[in-house]
Amino acid sequence: MKIIDNLLEWVEERTGLKAPIMHMLAHPVPPGSKWFYVFGTAIMTSFIVQVITGIALSTLYVPSAGQAYESVQYISSQAPFGAFVRGLHYFGASAMILFTGLHMIRIYVMGSFKYPRELNWLVGVGLLFLTVAMGFTGQILRWDQNSVWTVAVGAQQAMRMPIIGKYIVEILVSGEEVGSSTLSHFFTYHVFVLPGILIGAIGLHVWLVLHNGISEPPVPGELVDPKTYRKKYSDMLKREGKPFWPDAAWRDIVFSTIVVIGIVALALWYGPPAVERPPDPSLINAQPKPDWYLLWYFALLALLPKEIEDAFIILAPLFVVVVFLLIPILAPYGERSPRRRPWAVASVAFIVTFVLALTVAGVKEPWSPNFTAKPLTPEIVGVTSGPISDGAKVFNTKGCLYCHAIDGQGGMRGPNLTYVGDRLTHNQITLRIVNGGNNMPAYAASITPKELKDLTTFLESRKAK
Amino acid sequence: MTNCNCDCERSEQKHEEETTILPDWKKAFVNRQEFLKLVSISLSGVIGLVATIPAVAFILNYLFVSKPPKWVNVGQMTKFKEGETVQVGFHDPYILPWDGVSGHRAAWLRREPDNKFTAFAISCTHLGCPVRWQAQAKLFMCPCHGGVYYSDGQVAGGPPPRPLQRYPVRLVNDDVQIQVGTFITEPESEAG
Repeated sequence: MKIIDNLLEWVEERTGLKAPIMHMLAHPVPPGSKWFYVFGTAIMTSFIVQVITGIALSTLYVPSAGQAYESVQYISSQAPFGAFVRGLHYFGASAMILFTGLHMIRIYVMGSFKYPRELNWLVGVGLLFLTVAMGFTGQILRWDQNSVWTVAVGAQQAMRMPIIGKYIVEILVSGEEVGSSTLSHFFTYHVFVLPGILIGAIGLHVWLVLHNGISEPPVPGELVDPKTYRKKYSDMLKREGKPFWPDAAWRDIVFSTIVVIGIVALALWYGPPAVERPPDPSLINAQPKPDWYLLWYFALLALLPKEIEDAFIILAPLFVVVVFLLIPILAPYGERSPRRRPWAVASVAFIVTFVLALTVAGVKEPWSPNFTAKPLTPEIVGVTSGPISDGAKVFNTKGCLYCHAIDGQGGMRGPNLTYVGDRLTHNQITLRIVNGGNNMPAYAASITPKELKDLTTFLESRKAK
Repeated sequence: MTNCNCDCERSEQKHEEETTILPDWKKAFVNRQEFLKLVSISLSGVIGLVATIPAVAFILNYLFVSKPPKWVNVGQMTKFKEGETVQVGFHDPYILPWDGVSGHRAAWLRREPDNKFTAFAISCTHLGCPVRWQAQAKLFMCPCHGGVYYSDGQVAGGPPPRPLQRYPVRLVNDDVQIQVGTFITEPESEAG
């Protein structure tokens, strides 16, 4: 042990690092900062997992449009530990996004963004967007069919922007087409540019936390006043503060350990996200979907009324950014306690419920035609010959089944037609098929009189008794 | 010795307190220290710009490259039956050797009476997902958000704001050629 002590002393004499490190570790923290305060370290831990696993993956990944897909397949199915490391990287990213969300909710609900920590919040908002950008660029690096079309979908949204839309698309796609230039640029952003900015922003965020101190748990009625806050905070720390190391750090480390165990368990249990078909844009049977954390937005775009969609796609992201940035500017002082800020709590509850509900909808995708629906069986149809049976065949072949379900078989985009015979008359059914309406295409030009008659007969037969 | 150290430290501290990063502009050309600050900051800026401008220009090189639409062959006329809509594949006219299968492209081609052809982009005008032709239903359907188009590309249902984008088609001898641009459709280049 003496040798180690001597060695450390030798290094310390030449670097002088011990004093600032100990000063940082031993900075006093408010006594009540307990389990709600562990999310920041959990994000940092997840980020470290990302850096380590990212470096490992980059040793086999080939950032070339012609070979990236094959290299990801090799990593996932042949390289020793490849699937596990990809799984760690995926669930590490998921943890980063999840805990960034929880951390921001904690900060907002407890009013920790108020004076003097407004900049902590603003840098944190930057970190949130950088984290999402890391996730999105990482998804593209899989370079499978889903990746290629996900870029196309992102670009198509950017194209809605008047005047500058075309240029945003060019920058997003790195050219006019999704191809090798797109992948190379996304690789550079994901591996060099964004992590560089992220590390710098994390450093600044940690510095601000040390400089302004960890916010004390809010007490109802104790208002933040910039004239008195720093002195009150400093007096409180002198009176009751505990050194971060080890009095508070142990909770962070215990929680981070649980997070890492969770990431490892998920990586072992579920493995990495599947690599889909090759990134060949001429294979059109693709159904692009973002990863889980952006699924709610994808769902929202399906449910928005057509009339406001353009405005929404352009203005909503700007609105979100502006609201995030304005929060500490609009409410820099005053009450911090969630008990006295019911609107703050209600808005968080609303947003969380909204995002969760949309995510569930995004998983189910009731608005998408169900191309994999199995044809109606004779058991469902009830007969094996005659007009009803022929009508059921028309129902199968004309694509009705993709959007309408009968006896649980089919799509969810249109109304369930299991008992449509009880709701609509012969004429009403005929009119709807011929003229369409309410998102249903008109079949007048693509159905023969015989097919129409059979289909109507079949649908009329769908009754409860 | 101790006193000297203290004096030195005090002097160093005083110097640190007095020194600013930016020069005092009024004294920049009359005071040596302020002039040195001006020179150092200016040269640092030059170093930064010399390293950054070419690098950023290189990263954004695609903004300086023009790729006008090109005509590509999609097959002989006799291959396509009248009234049928089929998928045609081709290579991106600007394909690079390392593009691999990412340089493949596709379009929907419909043969009309009198040797006329209509070519549609495969991207849905809603969010750009690839639409599928359902031959029996004679509809294009989008898997993402349920957009539906008729066989002439007009919107039949769902959220698409515009008809499917069309590519110009021409016949050269017996070959069907389409003029392809980007597969991310622009609002102003809607179906003609």
